[in-house]
Amino acid sequence: MIHDFGIVWDERSLLLSGLANTTILSVLSAAAALLLGFVVTPALMSKRRPVAWAARGFVDGMRCVPFLLFAYIIYYGFPSLGVRLDNWTSGLLALTIYNAAYMAEILRGAWAAQPREPIEAGTAFGFSEVRLFRRLILPPLLLAAGPVIGNQMIQIIKDSAFLTIIALPELTHAASSIQSRHYVPFAAFITAVFLYWGLCLVIEAGVSSIGRVADARR
Amino acid sequence: MADGSKVLDVAGVSKRFGDLEVLSDISFQVDKGETVCVLGPSGSGKSTLLRCINWLERPDAGQVYLNGMQVGINGAGVVMNDRELSQIRTRIGMVFQHFALWPHLTVLQNLMEAPIQVQRRPKAEVRDGALALLSKVGLLEKQNAFPAKLSGGQKQRVGIARALAMRPDLLLFDEPTSALDPELVGEVLLVMRDLAREGRTMVIVTHEMAFAREAATRILFLDRGRVIESAAPDRFFAHPETERARQFVQRYAGDTAGQQWQRLGKRT
Repeated sequence: MIHDFGIVWDERSLLLSGLANTTILSVLSAAAALLLGFVVTPALMSKRRPVAWAARGFVDGMRCVPFLLFAYIIYYGFPSLGVRLDNWTSGLLALTIYNAAYMAEILRGAWAAQPREPIEAGTAFGFSEVRLFRRLILPPLLLAAGPVIGNQMIQIIKDSAFLTIIALPELTHAASSIQSRHYVPFAAFITAVFLYWGLCLVIEAGVSSIGRVADARR
Repeated sequence: MADGSKVLDVAGVSKRFGDLEVLSDISFQVDKGETVCVLGPSGSGKSTLLRCINWLERPDAGQVYLNGMQVGINGAGVVMNDRELSQIRTRIGMVFQHFALWPHLTVLQNLMEAPIQVQRRPKAEVRDGALALLSKVGLLEKQNAFPAKLSGGQKQRVGIARALAMRPDLLLFDEPTSALDPELVGEVLLVMRDLAREGRTMVIVTHEMAFAREAATRILFLDRGRVIESAAPDRFFAHPETERARQFVQRYAGDTAGQQWQRLGKRT
């Protein structure tokens, strides 16, 4: 058993590059999903019915599709429509679009729970719409939604493991190649599990520091 | 026509929400240094009237002038864009019933936010002014506290200081003590009384009769969206002209917060 972990240790550069790729994938797609969420959320709350319905359809649709299937559709399904994307583009796109639906729903909930009067005070004090959003709407919104967004980031990290099926060289893919090359499944996979865990601990530390900032203001 | 000597000139303002006529042809003027208290039963349109002055609600008809300049409509006669409206709004300070402080900013930051972000005044000057205002409302030691840690009365005093930090030509108060516990009403009214004595130009929607009687230069009585009386406070409270106002004055004659205010008033 010790010997098995020794083999994994010898392959550490492969694992670390997998970890780096998982981190890049997760951070990029979480940021993009959050930004996209900010586009979808106003649509969800729109007074124009067709816009709200379209946004609602997207959000509910995404939330009911298994991520693995969605990634399959983008990587293997899209070429039959004449759209051929490489595995990185497909992976990023799948993670981003899929999680944008969750982010939009998270932001909608936090937005709806914000008190209306401070925002109105901003208008009364002469804040134009853009500055109002940037200075007075966004910061309390992110503070309120921070913990749930962090939670979703953990979900994104775990979902990114599915992208091994489209041969994206992320952490699960690296562990999987080590085990098939040397036949050390337990050592390879358990090491990957601990690396995922470490990544999640970093996210949780970030979440709790947002939580402290928010608590001081509650 | 706009009268340049008036700080505020409200001319024939009307507003409906669907079938409900909330304000109907309201006209009044406010001179520099006047404290006008707007009284009336709930649902008489008092808050809507305040909100039409700074165009938080857009009036359906009529005009509002601030120092002779029309609010909401620009020189070309069209509805102001975001930026024009923002510019004129910075000259009207507003104090809200539920304080409406910005929860993510400290007390001092709440005072400095609009002068720096909207009025683009230099930070050092804004900071000095904000600290002076905080000591004026007795909250200098709370400058680094977040609003959530303050009592209601303290929050509202911050709300008043925040409005003053804009150096506005006109202050609007929308029921500033209605959300407060009775024992906290007095500290806010004292601050407002001092502002009245300093000669700030203010329009105050309130239910504090004793305060209105002492601090107002004029009472505006609203009923069902119309101004049905406009008189000096002594005259309004002693000899209301209309039956509606008479009933109203009688009903509020013995309100407890008012008595507390009178006690505080005697003390200082």
